[in-house]
Amino acid sequence: MPNQGFRRASILPGFWPTFGFSILYLSLIVLVPLSAVFLKTATSSWSHFWGAIASPGVVASYRLSFGASLAAAAVNAVFGLVVAWVLVRYRFPGKRLADALVDLPFALPTAVAGIALTSLYTENGWIGRWLAPFGIRVAFTRLGVFVALVFIGLPFVVRSVQPVLEDVDPQLEEAAASLGAGRWLTFVRVVFPILRPALLTGFAMAFARALGEYGSVIFISGNMPMRTEITPLLIVTRLEQYDYTGATAIALVMLVASFALLLTINLLEWRSRRYAEAA
Amino acid sequence: MRTDPEVRPTTEPRVLRYGLIAVAVAFLSLFVVMPLIAVFAQALEKGWSVYWAAITEPDALAAIRLTLVATGIAVPLNLVFGLAAAWAIARFQFRGKNVLITLIDLPFAVSPVIAGLIYVLIFGAQGWFGPWLDRHDFKIIFAVPGIVLATVFVTFPFVARELIPLMQAQGTEEEEAALVLGAGGWQIFRRVTLPNIKWSLLYGVILCAARAMGEFGAVSVVSGHIRGETNTMPLHVEILYNEYNFAAAFAVASLLALVALVTLGAKRLLERKVRQDYAEAAATVGLEG
Repeated sequence: MPNQGFRRASILPGFWPTFGFSILYLSLIVLVPLSAVFLKTATSSWSHFWGAIASPGVVASYRLSFGASLAAAAVNAVFGLVVAWVLVRYRFPGKRLADALVDLPFALPTAVAGIALTSLYTENGWIGRWLAPFGIRVAFTRLGVFVALVFIGLPFVVRSVQPVLEDVDPQLEEAAASLGAGRWLTFVRVVFPILRPALLTGFAMAFARALGEYGSVIFISGNMPMRTEITPLLIVTRLEQYDYTGATAIALVMLVASFALLLTINLLEWRSRRYAEAA
Repeated sequence: MRTDPEVRPTTEPRVLRYGLIAVAVAFLSLFVVMPLIAVFAQALEKGWSVYWAAITEPDALAAIRLTLVATGIAVPLNLVFGLAAAWAIARFQFRGKNVLITLIDLPFAVSPVIAGLIYVLIFGAQGWFGPWLDRHDFKIIFAVPGIVLATVFVTFPFVARELIPLMQAQGTEEEEAALVLGAGGWQIFRRVTLPNIKWSLLYGVILCAARAMGEFGAVSVVSGHIRGETNTMPLHVEILYNEYNFAAAFAVASLLALVALVTLGAKRLLERKVRQDYAEAAATVGLEG
């Protein structure tokens, strides 16, 4: 059997057919189409490209997309940690239902989430009518974009922290308590450092998901130029105007940002795995 | 005597416990429960007859049909890919394996809008194959094939990413034993591998199907929004909503919300089975190691 160092010998059959098919399918569906973004951009001039990605409207959309995504991921990090903590550590009626509902933002189609959130937060909606007297408007403002992104990122932190919290050795906390540490000190010095890598991973995943999100945002944002337009919406707008070069240029910026995030997430997971193995 | 949990040094004071539970429940109610209730409340606001009319009118039925067609093509394709990729990755050692695993997850990192855009760049009127397709009178963009392609892209990793870690945990011993006993490759797969991975497989398929039915951004870019022809259910919801036909929009949306709830239920049931598979895999590998 030829073994040029690419593959370790195995007696099991079927490597080349399954490997070959996987590579072919991956290339046809994902890699070649994605490369179109890079190749298309390469054919346009630098000034054209710069004009497409740095015009005031586009820059305003980066600010909104990155700002709202960061804020939503931060809120999810805090409340996701509380939800994970409560689901793992305490018993209360309806706990299993609450646990199941955490995944709803993964399962509910984004367009459905979008119209549901909009109807809740308009001035006569169930939530909006309580906020209106205080002058707080959510629907069709940047705050609405933030609300939609909190919804969409909700499961990530909970689901990445939960399994780690379940595995925390109770002896560690008992030892801390017997040495005289209070609960807060035990949490800050013992439990939190164990959770930190998972919390960071969840945060990064929620942030990445929020950056690219489209369906749940466009209904509640109102899509006002310079004010509530998110970056993915601008790609769609450019396409509708048949400005393919402009759409592709903005898409390239977003792709680079998401690939950088993907790399960060992989590094974080790799580090937390090494941490777990060392423990 | 029962020890009062309140005085145990390894839990929080009762006030804090109740406070944290209240915060978690309030957060979930505000962001998850209320939107869900809003969908059904608004769908039924004008009564059952309006609801029924909204989900049985011809355009709605066409949208449901197209959604099922796209899902029916995307899921089997990604299922076959998931099995092939998991077999190659979990049963063999080769260089660049981790790169391959990362590349399989790539569609999750790409904005759905960009997932639609890339197919427009390739098959659209100004795209690489645009003129050729035009000459042969074959439409991909603003037609059903484009919708299927976009759906395949966004649901690409689901089955593979469920199967790969489980099959890696299970190791190769059982298949190798079957081979030594004279079984052929196909027979090994059917009799040994498939029974071991069936719950994870089903789990992946359900997640894949749910996402395929609900995809909005990617499909929206390639669809062209032709009523009764290239509208999937989520796109139909958008059109109705933008026409201020809220009751009808929420009626169709409630069908998608029901699919989501069924998915969550199935997920719960299967998660237990999948966890058992992992525990068994750990036990077997532990015995042999």
